[in-house]
Amino acid sequence: MKVAVIQFPGSNCDQDVYHSFARGIGVPTEMIWHKDEQLGEVDLVVIPGGFSYGDYLRCGAIARFSPIMKAVGEYADRGGLILGICNGFQILCEAGLLPGALIRNNCLEYRCMTPHLLIQDSTDTFNRNKIGQIIRLPIGHGEGNYRIDDEGLDRLERNEQILLRYCDEQGNLTEEANPNGSVNNIAGIRNERGNIFGMMPHPDRAFERFHPSMDGLPVMKAVLATKETVTVPI
Amino acid sequence: MKVIVFVTPKKNVLDPQGAAVGHALTSLGFKNLKDVRIGKTIEIEVDGETGPDFSASMDKFCHELLSNPVIEDYRWELAE
Repeated sequence: MKVAVIQFPGSNCDQDVYHSFARGIGVPTEMIWHKDEQLGEVDLVVIPGGFSYGDYLRCGAIARFSPIMKAVGEYADRGGLILGICNGFQILCEAGLLPGALIRNNCLEYRCMTPHLLIQDSTDTFNRNKIGQIIRLPIGHGEGNYRIDDEGLDRLERNEQILLRYCDEQGNLTEEANPNGSVNNIAGIRNERGNIFGMMPHPDRAFERFHPSMDGLPVMKAVLATKETVTVPI
Repeated sequence: MKVIVFVTPKKNVLDPQGAAVGHALTSLGFKNLKDVRIGKTIEIEVDGETGPDFSASMDKFCHELLSNPVIEDYRWELAE
């Protein structure tokens, strides 16, 4: 088992991701510079948070043209596991590897907090034993407002591609519990095939005793434990 | 020759920036304001041919990089 963390100019959670997998979980982890063209033999590629290319043009818009992203695309086509966190989620959406887009938070504020999240019914590939569990993970973003057209949203819901939703302490999906205005309180999704994951919350900032929670560990383990199951779209 | 690309949020996509600026304009006395949308303009200086091939390339560049078709529309024009 080996994890690769992609570093772009402006990535700033690369070390968090490295330590969370290498130390928090204890799997061999390596850094890959965005100018590299090969991934090598890896079992999970993580695209970390930050401000790749200064968020110029749109968050994630430039990073998708980095040389390594061609290899990441091919790896995705082969069914390789990918996790994008925060800016990594934005990059995956910009690259067309995940549907939808992330725009400015509806409150217009940068949101730095530890919201409650409801683990959703994406049972085939993600955390299938803990459906409905409420966890807490930190967020820190100005552009986490998930948007997709009605047809796309309908597909996400029908195919059970939503991993996490912002909720209150009791697990209610209220407007108040939604920190950025995302449609249907969406905090994280996967692709139809079930090998690409994207989320705004940071499991990589929730694995040490001094972190706001340690709920990142089960999330990262759930991603690592994912066996590719090709979902038949309804 | 200059190409000017206009990128705007799609009509059905919420524009939080536009809404906030709309509130500010209203408080500044803008009476009949209906809606504000905030986009961006991108100016590109070019040399040489700007024929049909160029048009097709510009559409590709706009579609694949300068705008995100999920949330934005674009149009571009040539200027002296």
